[in-house]
Amino acid sequence: MYQYDSIDKQLLSERVAQFRDQTQRYLAGELSDSEFLPLRLQNGLYIQRLAPMLRVAVPYGLYDSAQMRQLAYIARHYDKGYTHVSTRQNFQFNWPRLEDVPDILADLADVDMHAIQTSGNCIRNITTDQYAGVAADEVEDPRPWCELLRQWSTFHPEFALLPRKFKIAMCATVDDRAAFQFHDIGVELTHDDKGQTQFKVYVGGGLGRTPVIAQLIHSELPWQHLLTYLEAILRVYNMHGRRDNKYKARIKILVKAMGVDAFREKVEQEWAHIRGGSNTLSSAAVEKVKNHFQPIDYPQHDDSSMNRELASQRLESPEFARWLDKNTLAHKQAGYAIVNLALKPTGIAPGDITDVQMDAIADLADQYSNGQLRNTHHQNIVLADVCKTDLWSLWRAIDALGLATPNLGYLSDPICCPGGDYCALANAKSIPVAEAIQRKFDDMDYLYDLGPIDLNISGCMNACGHHHVGHIGILGVDKKGREFYQISLGGNMGRAAAIGKILGPSFSQEEIPDVIENILDTYIEVRQPEEMFVDTYQRVGLGPFKERVYVKAD
Amino acid sequence: MSKLIKGCEIIDSNWTLIEQGSELPLQAIAAGDLVILPAHLWLTNQDILRDKANVGLWLDSHEEPATAFASATVNSSNQDEGEQASGPDSALLDCNTLPLIAINFPVFSDGRGYSYARQLREYYGYTGELRAIGDVLQDQLFFYQRCGFNSFAIRSDRNVDEALNGLNDFSITYQSAIDVKRPESRSS
Repeated sequence: MYQYDSIDKQLLSERVAQFRDQTQRYLAGELSDSEFLPLRLQNGLYIQRLAPMLRVAVPYGLYDSAQMRQLAYIARHYDKGYTHVSTRQNFQFNWPRLEDVPDILADLADVDMHAIQTSGNCIRNITTDQYAGVAADEVEDPRPWCELLRQWSTFHPEFALLPRKFKIAMCATVDDRAAFQFHDIGVELTHDDKGQTQFKVYVGGGLGRTPVIAQLIHSELPWQHLLTYLEAILRVYNMHGRRDNKYKARIKILVKAMGVDAFREKVEQEWAHIRGGSNTLSSAAVEKVKNHFQPIDYPQHDDSSMNRELASQRLESPEFARWLDKNTLAHKQAGYAIVNLALKPTGIAPGDITDVQMDAIADLADQYSNGQLRNTHHQNIVLADVCKTDLWSLWRAIDALGLATPNLGYLSDPICCPGGDYCALANAKSIPVAEAIQRKFDDMDYLYDLGPIDLNISGCMNACGHHHVGHIGILGVDKKGREFYQISLGGNMGRAAAIGKILGPSFSQEEIPDVIENILDTYIEVRQPEEMFVDTYQRVGLGPFKERVYVKAD
Repeated sequence: MSKLIKGCEIIDSNWTLIEQGSELPLQAIAAGDLVILPAHLWLTNQDILRDKANVGLWLDSHEEPATAFASATVNSSNQDEGEQASGPDSALLDCNTLPLIAINFPVFSDGRGYSYARQLREYYGYTGELRAIGDVLQDQLFFYQRCGFNSFAIRSDRNVDEALNGLNDFSITYQSAIDVKRPESRSS
């Protein structure tokens, strides 16, 4: 992974000093609330319902065991002993004191971490596939490009005060695991016919109040021009994006208003001035970053003998077999596996993890996976380089930690925002809804029979739980001061990007598990053999689901 | 007389900012007073103002450089704003005849002026004084400077000596901008 040099470290320490000074001036009354607001947001600090929330950046989701231990220390020392994995691969602390934040940032800087641009109207953390570098369906490791984008976007002087937040994701695989079509800019890495890296650039995607699938704006951008082309897009947006209404300020609204062709033309005009300019990438610069992401030196293993051993372990423990089938994935290197640590056991807020678990995970990463970890868009944690001979002992260890629930990708593995329990923006709670569904559908065999279902839950229109793109989406709404929930079906955050359709009138919190049951019963009735939930929906549409749910509800 | 940061120093501000909607201050101009006119006022009177070393102009946050400078050179004033973006390069001489250009930040969180500054420096080749005016505060100075501003009219209720610190928040940068073209050992 990328290793900080003295320049990166110096930049971070200067940032800590800057924010310490800003916080002191704020506490001394020299900065007003509105002046301090963007400063603290660009350090990931929100003022929430009960306490501030601090979002720590994990560039493209990748971090190491030493960083994990420091995060555990922060959770213990400054917070209530836990943290939360967000859908954009970051960590969130829910209970820091404002006065402590400069010290927390200093502690983070000690392990080359920070909270820069994790919030605010600026370029946010660059996200990508959590299996980058080890996925079999990958064109090329996207992380060096993400790192180049990280450096370019960090403290970019022109784009610190955009009309609204700006999210960039990169995809380099056949299966999209980064939801890149739902980002302000989605970059898809491809190769031209000579094997040279190039990019497809999509613009104007996003969720929130107005969910939009991004549109293609450049189909074969040579790699040298990645930064200048994105700079041209950002400049057009910075100059022309709406600033009079925060709900119409995202780039998706501008692209829609102008039309993608007119927008592209405007970008081309800007780009003509800076194309080939000083932010053009050289092969030396790219190589230098790529050197940080060389594949590890995998020892040669006899894959077939390891598979025989796994087969006998499977017989020994059906639980192990189930976990192996559900929570591990094929690695591009023979003899290795990708392991997901499941952060969605019933009764725990989805994506939450304790300091004790974090320390233990750090040890396991050192022992079994090259000391590295990844946060996923699905709010789980990945050990990406586990030798197959270690799977049994790793499983025993994580099972003891409560991180081996074999539910990856099933109904009981929802994406879920912190909701009304924590968030000041939320209209409704989301965590209890997730838990009620997990409790009702706790029979794993039933869940496996249903097959993969993305259940996404947001506590408000801001859509942090990505409800629009869940196969089943749940949105908390406020109805005359009472919490209600709207259901949508048919969203898709993968390649076949789709926005879910609203089923009908909303329900009370108590009704939701039964409504979900009616939806699932309908699916079981009308599905064809081997047909996934989302495919059945595609075939039959909302009708049968609607009929069942609203008849039963009467 | 108010104070101003110019370059890295605090100096007295000698320029008078003329507000939007004002009459052309003919007497002051004739007397050699230093004035900064709203772009529109300057443009409508450009025949008598051209080459006057004591008259600068300021752009408001919704007035991108193309609208002002294209019309200064294209001269056929019948075009609407959208069509005037035709040839920013042809305006190069015009903006460099100005002794001062200012860009207004009605609120510091309106970041359009950063892009305007870069365009003035990069596309229009403007080399003169580029001043940030309006809600100009310490915590944005570092970015202003990187985008090509070289003078800063700090909001009058703030301590300009303290604000000066904002120019030195960071000693290194990741990406090239107006101030640093190729950051050492960085990506580009």
